[in-house]
Amino acid sequence: MEGFDLSAILGNPEYAALIRHGLWFTFIVFIGSWLLAMSLGIVLLVLRQIPGPIADRLVGAYVSYHRNVPTLVQLMLWYFGVSALLPTALQFWLSDHNGGVIFAVIALGLVQAAYFSEDMRSGLRSIPAGQGEAAKALGHGHVSAMRYVMMPQAIRNALPALINHTVSLFKNSSLAMAIGVAELTHAVQEVQNLSFRVFEAYTIATVLYLAISLVLMAIGAALQARAARKGGR
Amino acid sequence: MLGDIVTIVRDNWLLLLVGQFPAGPLGGLVATLILSVLSIVLAFPVGMLIALARLSKSPFLLWPSTVLVYVARGVPLLMLIFWVYFAVPLLLGNRIPGFLAMLITLVIYEGCFLSEIIRGGIVALGRGQMEAARSLGHSYMGAMAWVILPQALYNMIPSILSQFVSTIKETTLGYVINVPELTFAANQINNQLLTQPFQVFFILAIIYFIVCWSLTRVAVLIERRISNKRSGRGGTVSEATVRALTAEP
Repeated sequence: MEGFDLSAILGNPEYAALIRHGLWFTFIVFIGSWLLAMSLGIVLLVLRQIPGPIADRLVGAYVSYHRNVPTLVQLMLWYFGVSALLPTALQFWLSDHNGGVIFAVIALGLVQAAYFSEDMRSGLRSIPAGQGEAAKALGHGHVSAMRYVMMPQAIRNALPALINHTVSLFKNSSLAMAIGVAELTHAVQEVQNLSFRVFEAYTIATVLYLAISLVLMAIGAALQARAARKGGR
Repeated sequence: MLGDIVTIVRDNWLLLLVGQFPAGPLGGLVATLILSVLSIVLAFPVGMLIALARLSKSPFLLWPSTVLVYVARGVPLLMLIFWVYFAVPLLLGNRIPGFLAMLITLVIYEGCFLSEIIRGGIVALGRGQMEAARSLGHSYMGAMAWVILPQALYNMIPSILSQFVSTIKETTLGYVINVPELTFAANQINNQLLTQPFQVFFILAIIYFIVCWSLTRVAVLIERRISNKRSGRGGTVSEATVRALTAEP
């Protein structure tokens, strides 16, 4: 083993490019699946508000499936399983167009949607029913009472859980390497194999992951502080 | 499709259950469960120590434990697995088996998450308990051991159980370093069949679902029981039953 030398990797244009590229793919997978998860999470939340047991049961089954099956298994099911059921032409198109990234975004997004919708639902449940009744007495319709009275308070209560799950989604983006996406973890494995500098490669990736997670946590703390200020009025 | 699934399960149930066991290493669902149970059992004392360090006033305990918890919360588990499996053996001079690497990683990782649960449980108990125990002549550690922890741990049983479910789900990452467990077994089957990946991974998902869902249900039931007991209803179940039985129809 040589001495610990980060510049052996960061100073090498080939390795640095691999890591930059990996970081970029990590962001694509993270942002893409976050957007999918948030929009689907809101749809699931709205579906659960429909009176009657059918929508409630269906969304409940969706949530329960996605919370009890490991994320890695869901990634494999989509990447190896669902892709094999698609028409051949589409399969070829996908393998030409970074199919791994697309399936990673879908799988991670669908899993996280279950968590996000539950976070928002428990936020909503913590608002007393009197709030909705008061809003209706003041002339709000159901939708506008939700939009202007219930949801702003629900989101405020759900913020800590939403932030935690956002950070874990970011961490889970590393699982995409198992289906061949060239994200950060995949990239440092490659750098490590090429350079034989295991400690340096892992140190760089660990510091990058930790720094981004801490930034996400700090943004979350700032959002919470802002919500607390607004809520205090 | 359904026929394929039945056939695959019928032909490979032993591989899914115990891997190649008598002929090779123990694998499959049994290995997944052994790995999960060992991890959570060993992670528990680690989590307890980290929680106590995080609550202590000494900076020599507080700082390292806080850094450790933030690293575990901020770095992907996969990255930690690579550290233990690829980097640490370079220092030690010889490779360690995947199962052991996975166990060590999970003990550290889960220990950090359990420490947050334990710390939360201790803080939620309120300061009055500690102050009362101290004023009755307990030392700090004595009060922790005899007054605080017994109550806090009892309240935490549901959270610890759901952390166990997370651990089962996290053992799947062992697949990346070739630990013979359930996900590994499913990939072996898929590599033999080649033509039915959806069916194979669907079976895999269903097995995990059954195991984790049942444990989640148990956690919910225990949680309900504990909160009943805490609110005073559980302790007087007989009273409520008696009233219901004796009430006029």
